Amino acid sequence: MKKLFQKLAKDYYWRANNFGKKLVRAEESTPKSVKLIGLVTIFVATAIGLAWYLKGKNVAVFQPTGTIGEQQLRIIYIALILSAIVVIPVFIMAISFYVNFREDNKKSTYKPNWDHSKSIETVWWALPIVLIGVLSVITWNSSHQLDPFKSIASAESTLKIQVVSLDWKWLFIYPEQKVATVNYAYIPVNTPVDFQITSDAPMNSFWIPQLGSQVYAMSGMVTHLNSEATSEGVFTGSAANITGEGFAGMNFKINVVGSSAFSDWVESAKSSPFALDWDSYQKLAMPSKNVPDTTMTLADGSVFDLAVMKYMNPGLQLESFNSTSGGTY
Amino acid sequence: MFGRLTVEAFKHDFVAMGGALTMVLVAFGIVAALTYYKKWGWLWREWLTTTDHKKIGKMYLYASIVMLLKGVADAGMLRAQQALASGAGNGYLSSEHFQQIFSAHGTTMIFFVAMGLMFALINFVLPLQIGARDVAFPFMNAVSFWLFVAGALLVNTSLVIGEFGAAGWLAYPPLSELAYSPGPGIDYWLWSIQIAGIGSLLSGINFTTTILKLRAKGMTMMKMPVFVWSVLGSMLLVIATFPILTATLLMLSLDRLAGMHFFTSAFGGDPMMYINLIWAWGHPEVYILILPAFGIFSEVVATFSRKRLFGYTSMVWAIGVITVLSFTVWLHHFFTMGAGGNVNAVFGIMTMIISVPTGVKVFNWLFTMYKGRISRMTPMLWFMGFLLSFTIGGVTGVLMAVPAIDFQVHNSLFLVAHFHNMVIGGVVFGYFCGLIYWFPKVFGYKLNEKLGRYAYWFWILGFFFAFAPLYVLGIMGATRRLDHYDASMGWQQLFIVAAGGVGLILVGVLLQVLQVVVSIVNRRKNLDKTGDAWGGRTLEWSIPSPAPIYNFAVLPVVKSRDDFWRMKEEGTTVKPKYEDILVPKNSGKSFVIGAAAFMFAFGLIWHMWWLACLTAVVAIVVLTVRLSDDETEYVITAKEVERIEKSRRPHAA
Amino acid sequence: MQHKIHDAQKNSLGFWIYLMSDCMLFATLFAAFAVLRNNTFGDVSLGSLVNGGYVLTQTILLLFSSYTASVAVSNIVTGSLKKVIFWLSATMALGISFLVMEINEFTQLVHEGHGWQANAAMSSFFTLVGTHGLHIAVGLIWAGTLVWLANRRGLAKVENKLKLFSMYWHFLDVVWICIFTVVYLRGLMS
Repeated sequence: MKKLFQKLAKDYYWRANNFGKKLVRAEESTPKSVKLIGLVTIFVATAIGLAWYLKGKNVAVFQPTGTIGEQQLRIIYIALILSAIVVIPVFIMAISFYVNFREDNKKSTYKPNWDHSKSIETVWWALPIVLIGVLSVITWNSSHQLDPFKSIASAESTLKIQVVSLDWKWLFIYPEQKVATVNYAYIPVNTPVDFQITSDAPMNSFWIPQLGSQVYAMSGMVTHLNSEATSEGVFTGSAANITGEGFAGMNFKINVVGSSAFSDWVESAKSSPFALDWDSYQKLAMPSKNVPDTTMTLADGSVFDLAVMKYMNPGLQLESFNSTSGGTY
Repeated sequence: MFGRLTVEAFKHDFVAMGGALTMVLVAFGIVAALTYYKKWGWLWREWLTTTDHKKIGKMYLYASIVMLLKGVADAGMLRAQQALASGAGNGYLSSEHFQQIFSAHGTTMIFFVAMGLMFALINFVLPLQIGARDVAFPFMNAVSFWLFVAGALLVNTSLVIGEFGAAGWLAYPPLSELAYSPGPGIDYWLWSIQIAGIGSLLSGINFTTTILKLRAKGMTMMKMPVFVWSVLGSMLLVIATFPILTATLLMLSLDRLAGMHFFTSAFGGDPMMYINLIWAWGHPEVYILILPAFGIFSEVVATFSRKRLFGYTSMVWAIGVITVLSFTVWLHHFFTMGAGGNVNAVFGIMTMIISVPTGVKVFNWLFTMYKGRISRMTPMLWFMGFLLSFTIGGVTGVLMAVPAIDFQVHNSLFLVAHFHNMVIGGVVFGYFCGLIYWFPKVFGYKLNEKLGRYAYWFWILGFFFAFAPLYVLGIMGATRRLDHYDASMGWQQLFIVAAGGVGLILVGVLLQVLQVVVSIVNRRKNLDKTGDAWGGRTLEWSIPSPAPIYNFAVLPVVKSRDDFWRMKEEGTTVKPKYEDILVPKNSGKSFVIGAAAFMFAFGLIWHMWWLACLTAVVAIVVLTVRLSDDETEYVITAKEVERIEKSRRPHAA
Repeated sequence: MQHKIHDAQKNSLGFWIYLMSDCMLFATLFAAFAVLRNNTFGDVSLGSLVNGGYVLTQTILLLFSSYTASVAVSNIVTGSLKKVIFWLSATMALGISFLVMEINEFTQLVHEGHGWQANAAMSSFFTLVGTHGLHIAVGLIWAGTLVWLANRRGLAKVENKLKLFSMYWHFLDVVWICIFTVVYLRGLMS
């Protein structure tokens, strides 16, 4: 064992001369260029492999089916291209400097005391500032355009859906259609939807990746997620913030259908034997895991309001609840 | 008598029992070994009571390595569960246990690995780089360390007695409130970081004073090594933000212990305030960790390129700008709270602005390499690994700084991949780089290069395979912290790759352990006899390795940046004139305070009020006695200094 | 001796830095109070529970104790141990009276059903004011120790410690003025 250790140490034994002189390596292992090429090959191969692997898979953020998600994807591309303007030169410089100025390359110039250059330094303070300037404009505009609280302009009237995060399931209430569901929802295609979100449990986050954007669900507050699906299909939504033991099972399906199919669904839902009122709501709100899809009629239109108001300062309730902002933050 | 501590606290399921047994066995093994080799006295005299910054640094290092092993093991368990728990498969962990593990993983890695390694490095290097004989307050330094240990021990105790928090590493309320988490887990979390955090705050005060007051004659601010600048920036952030953490944790613990309503859902509490406050600390915390890593790279790149650091002034300004800006971006952690377009846009833009000084630093490092003579040893390898992964992390960071994009990737695995890119690729790689670089200064011999290289490649590849799949999973819609997912999502294969990546990292860690063992066995071959192991530029390389107890027999007088390099070039040899040196005495009181803090927290966690009161009184009394003591130093005579110096520097005689 | 002067500078800088960090701690508690002060969840407002005269008395006691503390420090140069101890004891007496009044106020609030568990506003009130009170208690222990040390070891040995103590005590005074304004006066006026 000891011999092995000694051998290992010998293989890579460095001798330092006194102060400041160059270090001399006793033995050279695999040439650097081979290692470098090997490394680059691995990375390129992995990237190609990954692209091939993802063909036919559901890459939600890159395959949006909602107007918001589509715009977000465009901004992602712009930001990536802007970043590349800095990142690619950095990568090239890093690797070429590392190769060119290795200590055994005696052909390269060596300027040990060259330690500043006003012009060069100005460039790299200025270049990122310009890029960030451009990106800031995009950020400012997109933050307003894609603010989830902002309603989406459309010829169709907006569908309101109230969403409550419970331990551990999502309750969807259709106040105008007088139906309610658990862990699934139907929405009509090409129609703006205003999800009004709250929580009667720990803070959660309501996210349907392919439609775009997520917003926190908080007790005593109402947040808004405005969305519009552009194609029919079944899309997965998730609870993006931990709310305790059963939160992993809190995903749900959003079924995007044509408008007549949506009305049909509402009609069939109305025939459900279950009714949602404040009593049955409180039973539903008890912790339960992996809850199957459920359909109910809405017997009491004030369930959502009551679920919000129970956390609110009784003295302040009315004025806060009437504001549309949802909360102070 | 035992509060709410009952036999139930010792009952665990099968997997958790494994963790508990490991902890108990390790503790038992250490005690048995110390007793068998009769090392208790030695341990007390040489280590537990020490006030020497170099020894305290070593203890930080050992404690952090133990916690690193635990943290990596946690990571392995998490990814193993996720690789298995698709569809019908439920994995081997219960949801509750899985959630405890990721909470413990984050807490351990940030507070007890990253912070620990950072303080180890600062303790090793800072006084030596500024030509000081110790830190400003050596006893307080020891107190900081023992508070750190008390916190770390609390995390480990939770494996055996009771449970750990299951609400994530920042335990957002209302989930972390009594209503949803009544058990002792959150309390373990709270008090372990509360106590370690107070230790960090004391360290911040200590090192700031050290930098401002104990620099060698002639070392003006603009002649300080960049590492010292980076530590100054980092410690100023500690002073400004750790009190926010202390106050925030205090409020949450009062909610839990005294039935207050700071962050409860009802009774007027405001959970969103907690999220604001915790990130007002939490975002600067990231910079507290990364700034010293930047400093380390600045030293290493200059040394191994055999060239002066390029753009010193830019570097210093960049550190300053980052320090200030890091206060103005906390809201980007929760754009999705719905603050509105204006607020989100302002915080998004502030966040992007930070990438400017960071980019400047990257360019400066690159141009330090340019026209240099790069010696490609392991510290330089870690730098290259850092540069590439940190740049990728920077790009994904800028993406998430745009609120419109953040709404799509927040709380997804994309976010998880991003911050690991920064914290592993930036902070951890930086600290490894620094540890290898300064290892000979601290221990007197170099680490084995070959094993170091193997470890590096396993780390880099493991890192790539562990986190590249997470970026992809994130954009596929996978959220973080899932202990189970539908098979129809098609995520399992990528999770398996990620788990494999963690496996590679684990091999890297084990190779590092082997590297240390081999280096210890072969230390005679790799002795650093000159004190200048790498052809260094700064003052720490002008003294013997390992540094003698008083660091500098003769206090240096500094004339330029890279002052040791100047001395070597000018061939300065001064005939030393030795003097009596005052050295801080050992003291067991810091250890007692740490022990009392541990018991205090344990008492509060289990509602044993008598224990909490008793230990609080003990801590206050011990502290008062210590602060009343004026005889805290002893003298090493000039003759003794001369004898030590002659034996340590045969070549200089 | 050079060494000792150096020590004094080092200690006072370190202590200043500590006070700045303590400032941040209080700032956080003030921020929490500012956010939560109206969140009474239907209970009476904080302003209606405040007794202006009572708090003014507390304020005067504390301000006066700051004065006595500085007289104690200024007496170091005279070298009169007795005077220093007298003024330090006066500081302690005033501090204790302040603390007793505060505890009395707290007990009364709890008795009337306005304890820290009542609502978020009360929680933040008790925590902010209580944290200041805790600091005062620590200061009292410190002052007591200084009196004892001065008696045993003489003035020279406690000179620097005494200066640090007085810095601490003035700092607590400043914090109290903020509490008085933000918590009590604003409460009274609203």
